[in-house]
Amino acid sequence: MSSTDSEAVEAAADRNDEQVDGDGRPHGRAGESASADGGQLGAIPRFDVTLRIRRYSAEDAEDGKPAEARWQEFTVTVNGTDRVLDALHKIKWEQDGSLTFRRSCAHGVCGSDAMRINGVNRLACKVLVKDVNPDKPITVEPIKGLPVEKDLVVDMEPFFQSYREVMPFLITSGHEPTRERKQSQEERARFDDTTKCILCAACTSSCPVFWTDGQYFGPAAIVNAHRFIFDSRDEGADVRLEVLNDREGVWRCRTTFNCSEACPRGIQVTKAIHEVKRALLTRSV
Amino acid sequence: MAAPSLEAPRSTPYRRSTSRRSNYEMYSWLFMRLSGAVLVVLVIGHLFVNLMVGDGISGLDFGFVAGKWASPFWQVWDLAMLWLAMIHGSNGVRTIINDYAQRDMTRIVLKTLVLVALVFTVVLGTLVIFTFEPCPVGPDGAFLEGVPSFCTS
Repeated sequence: MSSTDSEAVEAAADRNDEQVDGDGRPHGRAGESASADGGQLGAIPRFDVTLRIRRYSAEDAEDGKPAEARWQEFTVTVNGTDRVLDALHKIKWEQDGSLTFRRSCAHGVCGSDAMRINGVNRLACKVLVKDVNPDKPITVEPIKGLPVEKDLVVDMEPFFQSYREVMPFLITSGHEPTRERKQSQEERARFDDTTKCILCAACTSSCPVFWTDGQYFGPAAIVNAHRFIFDSRDEGADVRLEVLNDREGVWRCRTTFNCSEACPRGIQVTKAIHEVKRALLTRSV
Repeated sequence: MAAPSLEAPRSTPYRRSTSRRSNYEMYSWLFMRLSGAVLVVLVIGHLFVNLMVGDGISGLDFGFVAGKWASPFWQVWDLAMLWLAMIHGSNGVRTIINDYAQRDMTRIVLKTLVLVALVFTVVLGTLVIFTFEPCPVGPDGAFLEGVPSFCTS
């Protein structure tokens, strides 16, 4: 804890009416429940929260009728520091083991647990329950536009197919240099933003064009093409630009900014798409 | 157990329709941007001249339109507005059809309808702008019945 944080905690202790979380920001809810429970200062507040989860299982099919998705509500007690993923874990481990979702690292790096939380695409492992209005049931759905396999798990293959089609690897010609391929800081800065992508599909599955036209390459594929198109060491820009000049390529983008809003890594996705459009128009990178 | 149907948004899940190497979509996108910018000037200018200059909206009648189209400047202005607005609008509807119509046949039918409406309106409008005769004359050299009063005065 930094010195400012400890000061903040001491200040809160003086007033005895406010808790301070790890970031040093006061948050009212924690303070209320802690004092209401008579808990000691510094204790993590606990509260009940209801999650409304969209369930689907192919095994629910009856008499030849296809299975239908349904909503199911679970109420769990969570800590103020818990994330939506922790709440899902609690449900799976303590209430209903059949609840199915993907997660790997659980720390916002692997990009496995993108889901639609209260109508917006988020990583369940990066959203604190207290930040998504726990007073009302929190809706959790699978990301839209990809075929649902079970509960919150979708078939990511169409997404990765688009990713593969933009050739997300270094393309060079001539002999391999005996030393590293050099690049200036300015050259690197051009595509720095798009190197952050973790392929969670939050952007692509938030795109209204992708929802209705699954053939669209989608923001994630364009972001990963951008990462190589604007890399000074790469020589495959023309090929990638030609791929994205397709009927289902960058021109399908309607600049609704859903993708930039959804990206858990804060990539300016719409800006990247626009840079690819401009490169196509001027035929220069 | 029968195969359950999943919520699949795409008809051919893992195969993109074969790419046609053309810049059509790029030019279409560029046209929307450029024509949009020009249309802002054309339409606002049109509204300003028709509704605010002079007598304003109360001065707007057959004679006013006839007077405007007597000048090549307004003929070109209105022609540009007609063509750009119709192509801009039809292209916009075309992209919406591409977005939302799933079946090939639906797309073809809807886009054909848009194209027919576009060609019809543009041809008719162009014809009117260039062949407009406010004071039509009969075979005997006299004005036809019902011509506006400014023709005879």
